[in-house]
Amino acid sequence: MNYIMRSTVFRLIMLAAIAGTQLNAHAQTDMDALMMGKNNFCTGFMVGNSSWKNYWEGTLKRDNPNLGTVGSTMIGIMGNYGIKDNLNILFSVPYISNSASAGTLVKRQGIQDLTLTVKWMPVETTIGKADFSVYALGSYSTPLTNYVTDYLPLSIGLGAKTAMARLMADYQLGNFFTTASAAFFTRSNVTIDRVAYYTTRMHYTNEVEMPNMANFNLRAGYRSGKGYAEVIADIMQTNGGFDITRNNMPFLSNQMNASRVGVGFKYNFGKVEGLSAVGNAMFTVAGRNMGQATSVSAGVFYIFDFTKKSNSKTQENESK
Amino acid sequence: MKANKTIKWLWLLLPAFVACDRTITEKNLQYESLNPTSTDANAGDWKPVILSVANEFPLAAPTATNVAVYNRELTEIKGFQATLSEEQRASIQYWSAGAVLRWNEILRELVAKRNLPPVANADGTYPAPSAANPFGYPQFPFSNPPYAARAYAYVSVAQYDALVAAYYYKRLYNRPAPHAVDANIKPLVPATNLPSYPSEDAVVAAVSVEMLKLLFPADIAYIQQKADEHMLARIMAGMNTRSDIEAGVQLARQVAAKVIARAAGDNMSKAIGTPAQWAELESQTAATGEIPWISQEFPKRPPMLPFFGKVRPFLFDSLTTLAIRAKAPPSTKSEKFRAELDEVRFYSNNATREQIRIVHYWADGIATYTPPGHWNEIACDDFVKQKFSEVRWARNLALLNMAEMDAAITCWDTKFAYYNPRPSQVDPSIKTHTGLPNFPAYTSGHATFSAAAATILGHIVPARASAYHAMAKEASESRLYGAIHYRSDCEVGLAQGVKVGNYAIARARTDGAN
Repeated sequence: MNYIMRSTVFRLIMLAAIAGTQLNAHAQTDMDALMMGKNNFCTGFMVGNSSWKNYWEGTLKRDNPNLGTVGSTMIGIMGNYGIKDNLNILFSVPYISNSASAGTLVKRQGIQDLTLTVKWMPVETTIGKADFSVYALGSYSTPLTNYVTDYLPLSIGLGAKTAMARLMADYQLGNFFTTASAAFFTRSNVTIDRVAYYTTRMHYTNEVEMPNMANFNLRAGYRSGKGYAEVIADIMQTNGGFDITRNNMPFLSNQMNASRVGVGFKYNFGKVEGLSAVGNAMFTVAGRNMGQATSVSAGVFYIFDFTKKSNSKTQENESK
Repeated sequence: MKANKTIKWLWLLLPAFVACDRTITEKNLQYESLNPTSTDANAGDWKPVILSVANEFPLAAPTATNVAVYNRELTEIKGFQATLSEEQRASIQYWSAGAVLRWNEILRELVAKRNLPPVANADGTYPAPSAANPFGYPQFPFSNPPYAARAYAYVSVAQYDALVAAYYYKRLYNRPAPHAVDANIKPLVPATNLPSYPSEDAVVAAVSVEMLKLLFPADIAYIQQKADEHMLARIMAGMNTRSDIEAGVQLARQVAAKVIARAAGDNMSKAIGTPAQWAELESQTAATGEIPWISQEFPKRPPMLPFFGKVRPFLFDSLTTLAIRAKAPPSTKSEKFRAELDEVRFYSNNATREQIRIVHYWADGIATYTPPGHWNEIACDDFVKQKFSEVRWARNLALLNMAEMDAAITCWDTKFAYYNPRPSQVDPSIKTHTGLPNFPAYTSGHATFSAAAATILGHIVPARASAYHAMAKEASESRLYGAIHYRSDCEVGLAQGVKVGNYAIARARTDGAN
């Protein structure tokens, strides 16, 4: 058990890109089965871009020449600190800029939500020759600025305070791994700038009740001291909410669903200890009240080791 | 160690804490039961709008309250009151806030539901909603601001005229309410000594049903269900017998028929125009050397109801529409125009968060109850505090909504007389903070609607007059901050709205209600 879990990779991947253009503000936090070692702090930034031309108006897939292509650019700062080898705390703050290529609507940009995540690995064992581990994650996110929410699809976020709980299991045989997780999201009401709104009925209030959400994520690939490469399947669904009516604009409490597939990688630069690069690309294959987005993101991270007696940052230690 | 681990798992419950209180208080569901300071028992003497006199349509005398047939009606009420469910009590409470109020809310809801522009056809043309086929796409109506303004006006006017007629017969026949006849029937809402035949609630519900069948035919089932609930609530509450209700329905239908005949002949059917007429609007403005308006939508959408200015107003005649038309906007070649365009560009690029809040607060764009609906909401919220009688509620909303419809008429007349371009047409670098309306800029509909509303509401609730005018000014400026209107559009629109509001005040002074 002197096996030090101090791999760094974490991704608040495309939290931003998704939030803005995919009308989906929940974070895909830390869905990898890797932990930072105790007293290590990994930080870095990610940039992302996401865009869509087609979207689902309810279940009807369409384009909209008065929006053209809706694009979102994200720059995020992230960090992950190892309180213990099996207990990490993470944060992320994205800056987002959303715009439409056609029509007259002003683009929206700004700092979105702070997300704080606790990641804990209560189970780490072997099953035959394979490693098996279980993770529990909890996160809380809250808007950092008074950004405009009621301006979809160009608002940079949905403005809700969000709490998430995720259970995740990882199975690794040799260098091949599979990680599966499921998460539940609950969101606070959002206050908008008008006194009444229509969903499927009239509401005389400036508060919008946000339906709960769930996420299912499956990833599989090859993992070694050099990093990893993986394929990803992701389902995000809103439990409740309503459909965009014909030729209407999207609204905060729509039922926003998306099924996405993609690939991801992480590469540890051997020459500079603690330095790594990550990237991924995702494509939406099915959705509801969301854009059919194609997203790419990439980031660079560096590990600072605050242990008194510095451990060597060997690549073996970062692998799991 | 194990206990420690159990505790660690607890933060999986974190989601429960974030959203611990998601209860939303909806303002309109907090309104108390209507308990008017005056019943306006003599409202049968007030001047109706469409009816020539209050008793233009006859209503047979009710049975006496000491006969068996009436007694059986009382038995029905006692039967309900003996077994009221929570749901029935909630229905009684909901409707007790006021018939005119609740039907105004229903109308606002229908406007918001139907306020969606049709999607273009594959060939780049746009389909027009058809009243003859309300369920086919695009569903009828597209309740845009002029359509909505007219709908609010006709429904309010019909409610008012029907109530004036009802109050005439109430005084004439003087039949007491069931709870006053039989001590075993409890009034479950605040009782007055207003005679109950015909039922004022049934009159409002039934006249609204008839008007909404015309204006929102795709929603008839919903509308009828609401009316049935409403009328039953009054029976259960001990306020009306079945015959009070039926008399109200009968009277209301006759009044509605006359109001509908007026609506059928008010030129609304010609407001949409033809492709040839749309082309002419463009060429006649181009002929003056000015830049004509061009739709900024893809594909180009025909302008919204370009001949709505020819619709027959309520508070003045169509010749007056022409006479009070605002003077021409600044020439698109003038220095003043350039300066105003620069100001729009400034707000496009530099609107503060507070200014953006104002833009969205007043935007009332697609899928909303429109600016006239917003002013109905503002009015109703204040009228609740004024404790008006039903008939005064109807009178005041009729004044407001006649003003709103006539504001739409004069504003649209002005817009399509000058047919001038939006800022983002002249300078495509100007982006907007809200949806760009698909019709010419000058004058601002928001400014005109808001000033007309503020003027008549300031007459009805004088203590709020300055607040209303401040709101109207903010509503007009919201369009400049939103980068969709020049300052001239807003300022001249406000002045035009005041003119229309003054016509409403002139009527209010002579309708017998003061």
